[in-house]
Amino acid sequence: MVTINGEPVAAAGESVAHYLERAGYRAQYVAVERNLEIIPKSNYETELLQDGDTVEIVQFVGGG
Amino acid sequence: MVPTKEELDRAFDQRFPPSFHQAASAARVAVAGLGGLGSNLAVMLARSGVGHMLLVDFDRVDITNLNRQAYRIPHLGQYKTEALPSILREINPYLDIQTWQGRVTEDNAAALFGAYPIVCEAFDRPEEKAMLVNTLLQECPNTVIVSGNGMAGYGDANLIRTRRVLSRLYVCGDGTSDVGEGLGLMAPRVAVCAGMQANQVIRLIASQCAISN
Repeated sequence: MVTINGEPVAAAGESVAHYLERAGYRAQYVAVERNLEIIPKSNYETELLQDGDTVEIVQFVGGG
Repeated sequence: MVPTKEELDRAFDQRFPPSFHQAASAARVAVAGLGGLGSNLAVMLARSGVGHMLLVDFDRVDITNLNRQAYRIPHLGQYKTEALPSILREINPYLDIQTWQGRVTEDNAAALFGAYPIVCEAFDRPEEKAMLVNTLLQECPNTVIVSGNGMAGYGDANLIRTRRVLSRLYVCGDGTSDVGEGLGLMAPRVAVCAGMQANQVIRLIASQCAISN
């Protein structure tokens, strides 16, 4: 299982891009950290989530 | 009569230990975006004695800014990077205020903000917020970002919170209230969010000199 924003998710083997899409995130509005390291947007398609990973995703909205 | 630097230093709330005021004076904080969040939080940081600030924005003060930003009618038409320092100089003229007028991109962000260990993200558009956070967290390994995310409208202000979301990213806001059809930005919730960001910056400064509160 992969821990995503504190919750266990069955996402091992899935690319970051694929998870973001199925979870309803918009890739151009997010920052993603895996095991305390930020994942560059250019790697969203190629980085595969692994069992035991801890992932944090923050999505930004407009206004400021 | 403009107070002397010594008078202003003595006026810092003496109930705090001197080491706290010294830490604020030595702190280096950048503010990316000088709109509703950025102008208001910069005023609060200046009042708190933050000694070194970098203020960044591309835009001029517009009449539509007056409903929530720190600017006043005499500032209309001025670049925000000129108007805001003039406001801060009337609070404390002895602060080191640097400015950069232009658009921040993924190509210039690291060089622009690299010398400031605390960066307040105060942009307006979500893609720019994401760009700044991604770029600085990748390219500036010692930088901590305090971001504003979700403060539109006049819904319950209790929903605006401060959370440490990534290892070097704090996010203030309700996380959901986007600007859009029927929902704009209003002074109270914007100021609550800006206040949360300024408070988190002060907490980071205090933690670096081991002052607890």
